Amino acid sequence: MQDSSTDTAAGNTSDSGTRQYDEDRAFLNAPVDADRSAEQSIADHAVKIQTTDLNIYYGDFHAIKGINSRIRSNEITALIGPSGCGKSTYLRALNRMNDEIADTRTEGDVLLDGVDIYQPGTDLVTLRRRVGQVFQQPNPFPMSIYDNVAYGPRLQRRLSRAEADEIVERSLRGAALWDEVKDGLRKSAMDLSGGQQQRLCIARCLAVDSEVLLMDEPCSALDPTATFRIEELMIELKERMAIVIVTHNMYQASRVSDRTGFFLLGELIEFDDTPRIFEHPQDERTDAYVRGRFG
Amino acid sequence: MSSERGYLVDPRVTEKVAFALLWVAMVVVMLPMAGIIGYMLYRGASSLNWELISAADGGLYPAIIGTTFLVLLTALVAAPIGVGAAIYLSEYARPGPLVRLVRLAIINLAGVPSVVYGLFGLAAFVILVGWGRSLLAGACTLALLVLPLVISTAEEALRQIPKGLREGSLALGASKWQTIRRVVLPNALPGIITGLILSIARAAGETAPILFTVAYFRLSDPIPNSIFDPIVAMPYQLFVMATEMPEIPDETKWATAFVLVALVLGLNIVATIVRTTLRRRRW
Repeated sequence: MQDSSTDTAAGNTSDSGTRQYDEDRAFLNAPVDADRSAEQSIADHAVKIQTTDLNIYYGDFHAIKGINSRIRSNEITALIGPSGCGKSTYLRALNRMNDEIADTRTEGDVLLDGVDIYQPGTDLVTLRRRVGQVFQQPNPFPMSIYDNVAYGPRLQRRLSRAEADEIVERSLRGAALWDEVKDGLRKSAMDLSGGQQQRLCIARCLAVDSEVLLMDEPCSALDPTATFRIEELMIELKERMAIVIVTHNMYQASRVSDRTGFFLLGELIEFDDTPRIFEHPQDERTDAYVRGRFG
Repeated sequence: MSSERGYLVDPRVTEKVAFALLWVAMVVVMLPMAGIIGYMLYRGASSLNWELISAADGGLYPAIIGTTFLVLLTALVAAPIGVGAAIYLSEYARPGPLVRLVRLAIINLAGVPSVVYGLFGLAAFVILVGWGRSLLAGACTLALLVLPLVISTAEEALRQIPKGLREGSLALGASKWQTIRRVVLPNALPGIITGLILSIARAAGETAPILFTVAYFRLSDPIPNSIFDPIVAMPYQLFVMATEMPEIPDETKWATAFVLVALVLGLNIVATIVRTTLRRRRW
């Protein structure tokens, strides 16, 4: 059995009797080049994104410190930690949105399906279509609902009316928004409620067939009902993609996610199955945070 | 002596004093404006009639036509250059000494006296390029004059577009230019157009820049056939009437001045309407 702490921060090697977790949990924490059983290599196939020694600097500020992590397909990965701990920076490294911030330097590898997205010549257009992002503030474009959804596909080529109709309906259905807006597709997206706007933003990603959905506190501007609908939708969507969500809401992390990573001061302190992070965290700092003792 | 709060003067008193002073400042700003328009109307009302405005000979009709053409062509020249420069400065240029230098140059350009623009236009467009005194030479000269204003208002309009919209577009795989073209520009347009109209309103009233580059006092055919034709322009018309033609009654001169101011004011009002109607968007 592999040691679960090899993938997490150093200084976290204590062994205890509580670590009787099953094998499919173990492989995720295995070093990249460890021997693999047949089972493990099958499961490993589902690793969608892998970061190796990821370091990010804003000018002189070392925002992300040597992070090794794996994001799996068909799972929801939650990132928790106090404000300013680097979760959003890590998230934005996965679709290279940090490139848009001047004076940012990224070191290390981020492998998407085994290919480094930071190698020279990487096509940002393709990358960002494959790795979609939903932001904290719902950011529908000030245009119709229809045009919002068709925006991504239309960046690539001119769509026929029928093609566009099909994509818009499929994407809105996928984002559980179709029934609410099908009679007013030409209405301004700005007139939707916050929760609807956020689902519209998800639909925009579905329209370009994103394989990974990065969500940066997607519910922090929403009321509990709208939040619940987004969470339901996330659980539906993980059947077809990998989802990574940054959240300040512990309950949200424990409700929806399969895996949880705890960030502190730019380090990934602990990264494990969600129930384990919340019930039997290995690091005392994780323990303190999930129990609400700081942060 | 101090009040019960320990302040030298009671806050209720300072509030009243501040309000009174600010109100006086507002009135002082309004008075000359109202005074100028009122006095022009008072002196020129007797000459102000449709005859003055519409008569092809001796009336303002040629000047109104000429100024309209001049102003439209100025907008046509200034808009793409000004908006293009604004987009470059606010969206593409990396902050640094070069950009600071460019901004400094733009600010200084705004402070150059308009007669210098006129002489530059004469030297550059009329003589050097060889366009002669023409609509094109005048429009290019006026475009130079209004460029700083066009650029700074357009930059301001672009800055108003929330970062979230740009990121939303980039995150869907849009290039920078696609993002500007499809999301940023359409939403900044009301602000850009407002700035453009305000700049043009300023250009419409300028005399010195058109003095040597385009304007004639009287032309056999006041309607230009091409951009290489000269025109009769309102401010120049007024300038010549006021300084060189004592035989024209004062009432007519005042009425002409009123029409010119009304034209500029009209453009400003249009700009205000454009701004209020188009800017009713939320992000």
